[in-house]
Amino acid sequence: MFRRKENIKIGFYGPPNSGKTTITNVICKDWTGEELGVASKIPHETRNVQFKERVEIKHKGKTLIFKIVDTPGIATKIDYEDFLRYGLKKNEAKRRAKEATQGIIDSIKWLDDMDAVVVVLDSSENPYSQVNITIIGNLVARKIPVLIVANKIDLKKANVKRLEAAFPEYDIVGISAKDCVNMDEFYESLFKLARKI
Amino acid sequence: MEKENKIKGLRIHVMQFSEVREMGIAERVRKILSLVLGNKIVIFHGRLRAEEEARLIEDTMAMVDHVPNFKGIELAVIEPDMRRESIFMKMRQGIAKRLVGDNSALTIIGPASIIKEIKKDPRKIELLLS
Repeated sequence: MFRRKENIKIGFYGPPNSGKTTITNVICKDWTGEELGVASKIPHETRNVQFKERVEIKHKGKTLIFKIVDTPGIATKIDYEDFLRYGLKKNEAKRRAKEATQGIIDSIKWLDDMDAVVVVLDSSENPYSQVNITIIGNLVARKIPVLIVANKIDLKKANVKRLEAAFPEYDIVGISAKDCVNMDEFYESLFKLARKI
Repeated sequence: MEKENKIKGLRIHVMQFSEVREMGIAERVRKILSLVLGNKIVIFHGRLRAEEEARLIEDTMAMVDHVPNFKGIELAVIEPDMRRESIFMKMRQGIAKRLVGDNSALTIIGPASIIKEIKKDPRKIELLLS
């Protein structure tokens, strides 16, 4: 059995709407039979840190057991008016904004508890955002092993090479969690990540 | 040394990193946020540590929750060698430089309601104003 450390916690971090919950849902559905949370097109859908205590993945004869920690997307700004565009009513948008601010604070506080982190980025977006740099900078400072997932490769604007150019020292795996594309490569990378713990 | 410039109503606060160098994380972040809450764009030589950036985001979110009409910040760090280096190399160099008080980088922090977006790529940086 592949397990160097008991109670491994692997966090899924990234900016809002990069697909963290979609990926953790695929993993949980594949290996536990049930999803972890609700994913949607509206930013900050995940506003609480969500867990699945014991996920057991088997891949090429090896087993990895870990706790999945799906975190709210980290951002430097929250404007409730942005949610109105998605059809939310004003009160609902304001409540979402308030919950989202607390979610971001919780995400950051949880960083210290992670054994390894999967940074989930939207491969169709500019990778040079300060939030991405701040997240990865904090993981480097804490010596937490990192795997970068270039999600949404199904989109026309997806550009995994641009992400690889921005973060050449990291393992990067391009996937589409929505369409379950390249999940085998992702699981392979996840095992490699766990070996660094 | 610090100075403020007014460009068509835009208030820019330029400060030396030495002003905040001796401060603890909480005090440093508080000073920056108090300027940003005063609708100023803060520019300073040097950069925050990774954990200070995280603390800045945490405290910003707490402020968004409590200060009416405050929607957060835009934050960018400009490296002098941005054209040639990857983000990882810059971070690695940044960590080393921070230990010796590097001030070759330039940090820009402003209210999100004033700065629409700071677009950054290896070739350019754009400050898009609302």
